[in-house]
Amino acid sequence: MLGSKLSILAGHPRPLDGVLAAAGRVILGKDTEIRQALACLLAGGHLLIEDLPGMGKTTLAHALARLLGLQFSRIQFTSDLLPADITGVSIFDREKSEFRFLPGPVFAQLVLADEINRATPKTQSALLEAMEEGQVTSEGQTRDLPRPFFVIATQNPAHQIGTFALPESQLDRFLMRIELGYPERSAERALLAAGSQRVQADQLPAQLSADDLPALQREVAGIHAAEPLIDYVQALIDATRQNPAFQHGLSPRAGLALLAAARAWAWLSGRDMVLPDDVQAVLPAVARHRLRSAQGGGYASAEEIALLIRSVAIP
Amino acid sequence: MSTPASQALDRTAVPWLFAAALVTTLPHFAHQAAWLSLLTGLTFAWGAWLWWKDQRLPGRWLLILLVIAACSSIFVEFRTLFGRDAGVAMLVIFMAMKLLELKSRRDGMVVVTLGYFLLLTHYFYSQSIPTGLWLLLAMWLVTATLIRLHGGPASTLRATLRYAALLSLQAVPFMLVLYLLFPRISGPLWGLPQDAHAGKTGLSETMSPGSIANLAQSAEIAFRVRFDGPLPPREKLYWRGPVMEQFDGTSWRPFPGRHVAERVEVISSPIGYETTLEAHNQRWLLALDAPTGLPAESALNGTLTAGVRQPITQRQRFRLAASLDYRFNASEDSAVLRRNLQLPAGRNPQSHALARQWQASEKTPAAIIAKAIALFGSRDFAYTLQPPLLGDNSIDQFLFQTKRGFCEHYAAAFVVLMRAAGIPARVVGGYQGGEANPLDGYLVVRQSDAHAWAEVWLEARGWVRVDPTAVVAPARIETGIADALPAGEPLPALIQLRADWLRDMRHRWEAINNAWNQQILGYDPQRQRELLTRLGLPDTDWGSLAIALGLACGLLLVAITGWTLYQRPRRDPATRLWHKALRQLARRQVNCAPWETPLAIARRVDAERPELAEAFRRVADAYLQARYGRPTNNLKNLKNLREALAQLPRWR
Repeated sequence: MLGSKLSILAGHPRPLDGVLAAAGRVILGKDTEIRQALACLLAGGHLLIEDLPGMGKTTLAHALARLLGLQFSRIQFTSDLLPADITGVSIFDREKSEFRFLPGPVFAQLVLADEINRATPKTQSALLEAMEEGQVTSEGQTRDLPRPFFVIATQNPAHQIGTFALPESQLDRFLMRIELGYPERSAERALLAAGSQRVQADQLPAQLSADDLPALQREVAGIHAAEPLIDYVQALIDATRQNPAFQHGLSPRAGLALLAAARAWAWLSGRDMVLPDDVQAVLPAVARHRLRSAQGGGYASAEEIALLIRSVAIP
Repeated sequence: MSTPASQALDRTAVPWLFAAALVTTLPHFAHQAAWLSLLTGLTFAWGAWLWWKDQRLPGRWLLILLVIAACSSIFVEFRTLFGRDAGVAMLVIFMAMKLLELKSRRDGMVVVTLGYFLLLTHYFYSQSIPTGLWLLLAMWLVTATLIRLHGGPASTLRATLRYAALLSLQAVPFMLVLYLLFPRISGPLWGLPQDAHAGKTGLSETMSPGSIANLAQSAEIAFRVRFDGPLPPREKLYWRGPVMEQFDGTSWRPFPGRHVAERVEVISSPIGYETTLEAHNQRWLLALDAPTGLPAESALNGTLTAGVRQPITQRQRFRLAASLDYRFNASEDSAVLRRNLQLPAGRNPQSHALARQWQASEKTPAAIIAKAIALFGSRDFAYTLQPPLLGDNSIDQFLFQTKRGFCEHYAAAFVVLMRAAGIPARVVGGYQGGEANPLDGYLVVRQSDAHAWAEVWLEARGWVRVDPTAVVAPARIETGIADALPAGEPLPALIQLRADWLRDMRHRWEAINNAWNQQILGYDPQRQRELLTRLGLPDTDWGSLAIALGLACGLLLVAITGWTLYQRPRRDPATRLWHKALRQLARRQVNCAPWETPLAIARRVDAERPELAEAFRRVADAYLQARYGRPTNNLKNLKNLREALAQLPRWR
């Protein structure tokens, strides 16, 4: 009934719909979060998942790696983890009488940094440097990391015992931060009935290959953002700076991140243009960990972001 | 009584209100009674302390008590609660007390409104440049306070002040139009209370020993004069005030009855000038001797004094002409001559004896006058601002014992001697000389130029001016009082200025003030008529002025509105059509917030108005395509949107 003219509201099916559906079968009732995680990777950003232990953070990372056909490695952060445990070490090869570099677990296309806030700041910054530069410097030699390179870090809420909270400057390196939260009743029941999900995640078939991903990212970056949409993003950024609910406003880098994430969201929805809806959809995940609430000083709350959205008219 | 949170005054707005209250009341402290200023200051300090310590504000009963106490103190001080001084004092006190009950936003608004009103009251006291500048600053701050009250704590100091300045600047065109076109009337627009003109210094109607010496210690400006031609010689600049013919032994008074008309023979050609008289509360104009041309509202009163019907209670400008050489009443009424020979009986016997001795020995009145002049010219007499006090026989005491006096002593003694010798004589009060300001060419005459001289009537020559002071202290007439008095006399510092640069600064300041008075404050009905005639509107009356005013303000409003609309970002056609669609929704009770996305609205229509869903989806889709899509198919997108909108069912 809806003709081709109604493409925006109807949307087109996209190859990643399959990925979303498959991941949704493993992590039940978390479609929005899966979509956000995928958007984050498509926008070329790193993802921070924050929640209590046992909420499915690791499963989600694992499932994404499998589905996107990425080479996967996992680093469990502990308080005694050293930078070299991440980046790798040089060992002496007796046969060739020279040092040989043994790459650390960071040399993978998708790195799951589990419970990143349990490690010391020094070790944290080794990983964060790799995220920022896309390369690792060890013993004076710089080595490029594989492409594409994603980090999905998980962390326990900061008030848990034995954690080193990430400083704001390093939080800014994560494009998005999401929370998974408790599953809904029906989803939880299905989960209890199906048994351990981890097994299922391992068995997921790859839907893409590592080579497909850069092409998709280029496509996402080409999504059209019209003048009024740019105006809207700017108005939102400006509102965070004027709004007394926050200690400080969003940086220009955060503005770029917001636009990139909105593009990915639009692409996932099967559109070739960004709509204000896309911006509103990704704003909480992009902005909350970059803002400090004026009351309490923690991350900005979801309510504060909702109020922020309501304070800005769509141009 | 508790205040709802939404109406509560936020704490950080309070310093703004204090600042606004302070700037609007501060200049009144200069002329208020000290206890009033002290009370106001204490109330301010109390309120500020309560704010600083975050203490509870005083209760309602305490406030009522305070108000009653303040009102009764004001009543005791002024004997009334009305009038200029008492009214202003009440407003100032109430402003201070309002700061003790700052609870709600409404209280803040009261402070702001009262502040605006208090701004106006300062003009009752002063219309000088510093006052104007201060009130401009105060208006800015009060406006900023108003903005702050509305804007909440989020607005920064800088933004608030900037916005207030912008608003004030936008008012400037209206201010100019109102200033130029608002119908002017002579005198104040509304009657000022009776007490408004109290305490003006100036020449008074009676003269007793010491009265002019007192006046001469003030540097206040009495009037300013601009001559059409070059400045006449200083020794000819006698500005005539009251002529005093009656002497009771101590003080001199004008004759209260009617005078006969004067006959002035003009000898030198008249010179024109314009005088700007400060308010002195008297019914005379201080015209240059002898007046030949007078403004319409003025007339000579028989003694060559230019009189006016109403006391001069505000600065006024007059156009006059004078002939410096003249013959005045060469044939005088015998009653007048008799009057000017009368002396109180039994007083000043020594002087009378001396005069009779001259009368016997000399043949002509001129010779007698010469004798008297010679007497004052002897070395014994001194010119001083601080003469000794004199008793009942004041003239005898002065002539034969103290021999120290100011101009009124010499004029009075001379007139008494003349009358005793049979020559009609009288005392003339006024000003002598003045100081030319090289910057604007105005001659400034101050209270310190106040002077008294004598006039004798001679057969065939009429009333002739004789100034004995010119004999005692020639410098008084030739260069001015500062040079005539010995060092150490209590002259105001402003007049004594010897340093050139200080004198120069004073000249500059006075020239600026004069320009302000002449150009801004002196814009009267006459000047308004001139301006309107130049604008091509001759013969304007109130009605046409009101129309012109309304037209000018209307045009300004239209211009400003047009400019604002022009500056406003123009809506693109797609958005205009979209808003049309939204209005259709609003008529069907589907109201959309400005932050709602078109998709969200379409979904809401799906749920709330399913009968519209299909048509509205079409509109939303076309709009999104036109607004957010790639700009390649602009025209086609717009056409789609128009078609979709046309298909949206109209609401009836």
